[in-house]
Amino acid sequence: MTARTLFEKVWDAHVVAPETTDTPAVLYIDLHLVHEVTSPQAFSELRQRGLTVRRPDRTLATLDHSTPTLPTGADGVRPYTNAAARAQVEQLEANCAEFGVTLHGWDSDQRGIVHVIGPELGATQPGMTIVCGDSHTSTHGAFGALAFGIGTTEVGHVLATQCLLQRKPKTLAIHVDGKLPAGVGAKDLILHIIGSIGVDGGTGYVLEYRGSTIEALSMEERMTVCNMSIEAGARAGLIAPDETTFAWLKGRPMAPQGADWDAAVARWRALRSDEGASYDREVHFDASKIGPTVTYGTHPGMASALSATLPEPTNAQERRARDYMHYEPGQSMEGMAVDVVFVGSCTNSRLPDLREAASVLRGRHVADGVRMLVVPGSEAVRRDAEREGLHQVFLDAGAEWRVPGCSMCIAMNGDLAQPGQLVVSTSNRNFEGRQGKGARTVLASPATAAASAVAGVIADPRVYLTEVAA
Amino acid sequence: MKPITRLQSRTAVLTDENIDTDRIIPARFLTTTVREGLGKLCFNDWRYQSDGSDNPAFPLNQPQSQGCEILVAGRNFGCGSSREHAPWALLDYGIKAVLCSEIADIFRNNALKNGLLAIVIAEAQHRWLLDNPGVELTIDVQAQTITLPDGSNVAFTLEPFARHCLLNGVDQLGFLLQHTDAIGNFEKQEKAA
Repeated sequence: MTARTLFEKVWDAHVVAPETTDTPAVLYIDLHLVHEVTSPQAFSELRQRGLTVRRPDRTLATLDHSTPTLPTGADGVRPYTNAAARAQVEQLEANCAEFGVTLHGWDSDQRGIVHVIGPELGATQPGMTIVCGDSHTSTHGAFGALAFGIGTTEVGHVLATQCLLQRKPKTLAIHVDGKLPAGVGAKDLILHIIGSIGVDGGTGYVLEYRGSTIEALSMEERMTVCNMSIEAGARAGLIAPDETTFAWLKGRPMAPQGADWDAAVARWRALRSDEGASYDREVHFDASKIGPTVTYGTHPGMASALSATLPEPTNAQERRARDYMHYEPGQSMEGMAVDVVFVGSCTNSRLPDLREAASVLRGRHVADGVRMLVVPGSEAVRRDAEREGLHQVFLDAGAEWRVPGCSMCIAMNGDLAQPGQLVVSTSNRNFEGRQGKGARTVLASPATAAASAVAGVIADPRVYLTEVAA
Repeated sequence: MKPITRLQSRTAVLTDENIDTDRIIPARFLTTTVREGLGKLCFNDWRYQSDGSDNPAFPLNQPQSQGCEILVAGRNFGCGSSREHAPWALLDYGIKAVLCSEIADIFRNNALKNGLLAIVIAEAQHRWLLDNPGVELTIDVQAQTITLPDGSNVAFTLEPFARHCLLNGVDQLGFLLQHTDAIGNFEKQEKAA
């Protein structure tokens, strides 16, 4: 048998009907994650056609995008940003009840950002096909799943048939070897990769991250990396499952148990690219050469080392980005004045991300005039963080400790920055207006975000981390 | 979906590269639960000034862009989020085709499923169209050609199934539902394994 890549193995195992010249493959979907923003029109479509959800047991819903991150007030009223946001959440509640879909809603102690709770629950497993009406579904690729974002029409397709019509994408291997320097993490790594291959460098491809650096990453770090695959244009990015993956998943509520677990792990061990498997394209990175990395422009491909001198714009987009972001060619991003710091999002809202931010903030205070929001990715992360006292570190430092949700990453729930404000954000997109009309976003790691909150200007976290270590 | 065989219109041009779906429709408008009525929000933060009046600097607000159904946009149009609200907004605004040398994957899929012709063309021709706004084009979905004002034809390729669905008004969910038996068999085999 010919050598196959990890992607090809997962793809092949899910083909219900093979692709032909005239028609795409019918691909089976193991897990369909649903949230309030991209699903209402799909449920309406089902209702109009008199269809049911084919596999409610393979469908899992949560509330995260339009939800307020401030707690319910003393009057018992949940502080939605507007009536439409409330109506959208209520629509998903009604749809899940009508179609028999499990919803981790307000009353669930597992509610959270869809890409945080899927793995947490053990719903996300190696070798699965996973989709969601959300481009950051690529996150689940960290477990060796083929996971990608879809539009609302396709959400309807999966609800009704548990399948999608898909053409097989090309493969791009991203080899990363070497040791990441101290104080440099997964976020710096993926920003560096996107800065190098470009915001469209992965378009048409499924990425496979591999090499010694990737193998050394924790699951949370792998999720940070895979999460941002779409920021290079790739719908999906995978990492072969290994002992780190199995140890992380074992015992989670929806993971196989007992003898089923052993059988599953035996199956999962085969989920790696065969020796000699070929990719359509391959790129290589040396992790030891990467430092703290941030974005300077208005898409995630405009990323650079924190201390690097920014070049003069050479095209219309770079000129527009310079004018929007107010960066100075010839200088670096370090030292630029900060208004808001956001720690959260499906990229960086898990417990280790919060620990990283807290390690910088402990015993320090957010600079005068800087507002800092810390939004845990899920109720489980919130509980764990509070058990460790991380919330107290944030509160003592003058940051706000919020209720889980997407919050300022997509800024559709009322958490947003004002025009012209500079936000250092652990999220995934720095598009114009992404965090509020006219808001300027700099993407960074949790450590860099926290260091910038303390300094009041974009700052290198290694100074603070060294002090902690000493 | 209504069959689409041919589209004739002048072009409007947005030269910016990497126009993301947040620019096409900002996230704060995604609280809707219907598909309709998003045209007035299309390119909202680019198109309107802070007092709500039209921004004269936005190319699609200029008189020569009015009524244009073909948008020629800079490379990598539609990058970013998977929101199908982006093609819904463009269609409701009156755009029926987007021509570009590269179109983001999820946006292209979403667009074609809604009858928005997301067409990838070669770089040289893309460059020419960017440099010559307002030209009258005829897009022939059957022949997969774009006829330029001088009568010459530019070829393009659509994914064959997407093209078939556009030409015949085929509903993709209906097509998928025809595979119900095969899907059931797949599930049985999976359970047995």
